[in-house]
Amino acid sequence: MAKTLYQKLVDTHTVARLDAQNVLLYADLHLMNEYTSPQAFAGLREAGRVVAVPGQHMAVVDHIIPTHPVRIRVIEDPASALQASNLAKNCAEHGIVLFDTGDALQGIEHVIAPELGMIRPGMVVLCGDSHTTTYGAFGALGFGIGTSEVEHVLATQTLVYRRAQDMRIHVEGELPTGTSAKDLILHIISRIGAQGARGYVVEFVGSAITTLSMEARMTLCNMAVEAGARGALIAPDAKATRYVLEHARDAAHTYASEALADWQQLLSDTDAHFDAEHRFNASEIAPYVTWGTSPDQAIPVTGTVPQADAASARALRYTGLQAGSPIEGVPVQRVFIGSCTNARIEDLREVAAIVRGRRVAAGVRAMVVPGSGAVRRQAEQEGIADVLIASGFEWRQPGCSMCLAMNDDFLAPGERCASTTNRNFEGRQGRGGITHLMSPAMAAAAAITGRITDVRQLQAAQLSHTEATHG
Amino acid sequence: MADTTRIEGIAAPLPTPNLDTDQIMPKQFLRGIDKAGLDKGLLYDLRYDADHQPRGEFVLNQPAYQGASILVGGSNFGCGSSREHAVWGLQQFGIRAVIAPSFGEIFYSNAMNNRLLLVMLDVADVQRILADVSNPATHRIAIDVQTMTVKSHSVTLPFTLSERHRHMFLHGLDMIGATLARWSEIDAFQQAHWHTRPWLRNIAATTRTR
Repeated sequence: MAKTLYQKLVDTHTVARLDAQNVLLYADLHLMNEYTSPQAFAGLREAGRVVAVPGQHMAVVDHIIPTHPVRIRVIEDPASALQASNLAKNCAEHGIVLFDTGDALQGIEHVIAPELGMIRPGMVVLCGDSHTTTYGAFGALGFGIGTSEVEHVLATQTLVYRRAQDMRIHVEGELPTGTSAKDLILHIISRIGAQGARGYVVEFVGSAITTLSMEARMTLCNMAVEAGARGALIAPDAKATRYVLEHARDAAHTYASEALADWQQLLSDTDAHFDAEHRFNASEIAPYVTWGTSPDQAIPVTGTVPQADAASARALRYTGLQAGSPIEGVPVQRVFIGSCTNARIEDLREVAAIVRGRRVAAGVRAMVVPGSGAVRRQAEQEGIADVLIASGFEWRQPGCSMCLAMNDDFLAPGERCASTTNRNFEGRQGRGGITHLMSPAMAAAAAITGRITDVRQLQAAQLSHTEATHG
Repeated sequence: MADTTRIEGIAAPLPTPNLDTDQIMPKQFLRGIDKAGLDKGLLYDLRYDADHQPRGEFVLNQPAYQGASILVGGSNFGCGSSREHAVWGLQQFGIRAVIAPSFGEIFYSNAMNNRLLLVMLDVADVQRILADVSNPATHRIAIDVQTMTVKSHSVTLPFTLSERHRHMFLHGLDMIGATLARWSEIDAFQQAHWHTRPWLRNIAATTRTR
């Protein structure tokens, strides 16, 4: 019987069928952070249980960590400091690898796991964080779980798992200049809605997907959860396996030929059945910006804020925009470049390309929070950090930072932010703060002009300048 | 022991679509290492203004809805972040059930694992219930998990739960204990899995030693 890639991943991780809907699913890797794991460890302790297979778990402090440009490795907030020390204690007690606050390899969980070569095709990866869908970029099934399930995975290395349905999203064509995977996923979410993929694992296919870099694939799969998806997948190709072998320095090499043979099987059979399908044309995509308080409330930067229905009226009251008015030109006071969606080296390169030789607009505070210590160092080596600093950006230490504002980076009430993050929910980046989601290049453009700007105009200006200089 | 088969009480209308877990439990209440005190954070920005004063117009602050034990929500209730704190906070506030057309998937699992009852009904049926509970004179609801019915002032509707979730709700279930009882099966699975795919064994632990 023909199978989808998703079905193959579930089948190869099914320990037992529990009933018609549920299987006992084996987890190859479980990632933990400081804020969704403490109650799980406490639960284990209370029940007198141990971590069943410690070598398959990793922990990192990312959500609460301050990102001040010079990292003072002290967390001043006492509750957050306790979360960090508690995670260290739990990891030491149970023999779990930890990337602690002072670690050179520390970073956002979904940035460091791939860069440390821990994400490999065909895996099941779980984490108490909804953006675990990121790992679909490698042909690994990743999804977020709650704290009760974190405890279950710690104790049993498995999860009671209800099979999702299969959705396939075809994207053909070529992304135009000035657009990226972020624009593509905002476009898709705006079309299918914030629950358009609820109940499904989405497989992305098509020529536009194949040409995406691994970083771009991570951006795409990361935000699939904003359409409600229970997982996202891209069949691993040579680009994916090359990335894995470059980043994994252990057993993956010892067994490279066997692994490659196994990974080549990771694709949907030609006649596999999908319960739902969508088609998009990448060449039609423009830079996207959100106008509301849900990630599906997004429009091309050249568009106008849509007319209100009941739900959007509430969103517009919050974001202070008028139905029918252009989104371009809306002034911003803050710019945030970071998060598990867009804080990888390629994202920072795109930002540097836009801001090189330009200055952040007066009255705008612009921050770049790299996704990891490794990304930060690489950006410094490539000269990206110098470009950003010269342009007036704050060059900060890695962490989740103002994506969800659990640390001391947050918007003041009424502040409007051009943000490369994943959620424009009310209050997400700070109570009363207003978030406009967009790509790194678009956020860079907003930083330079002080308003929501079509980055293609800045790119065109750069091009004509270059021609004038070298022509 | 409280009767777990029947939930009866005041139901508050909260029909905002895509009410995300950031709104249900804002970030400033996520800094604990235990589950205590989350009732204070529940729906904080909706319940309180910027000066931390109660917003009189918000449904849970209205006298008629004090002591509400059921929420009637909009579609995709509990979408977004995986934070189980949202479920713990609802329960600590006294909410025992939420009725909505659909729920965020991680939230759904989190609720079931804590025996917070989620009742999924068609949009039209949720609208009928909303019409009832929006009037304080008719805002009481009874949910019976034995008969799988929801009864509001003017309608009685059947609902479904998977057999597993119904059992968990009615009887509680030490899921970890149940899974650990199959440990030999799990271990046999992982030995075979690692034999076929040795590059997955110890994948986290070896990160440091490369």
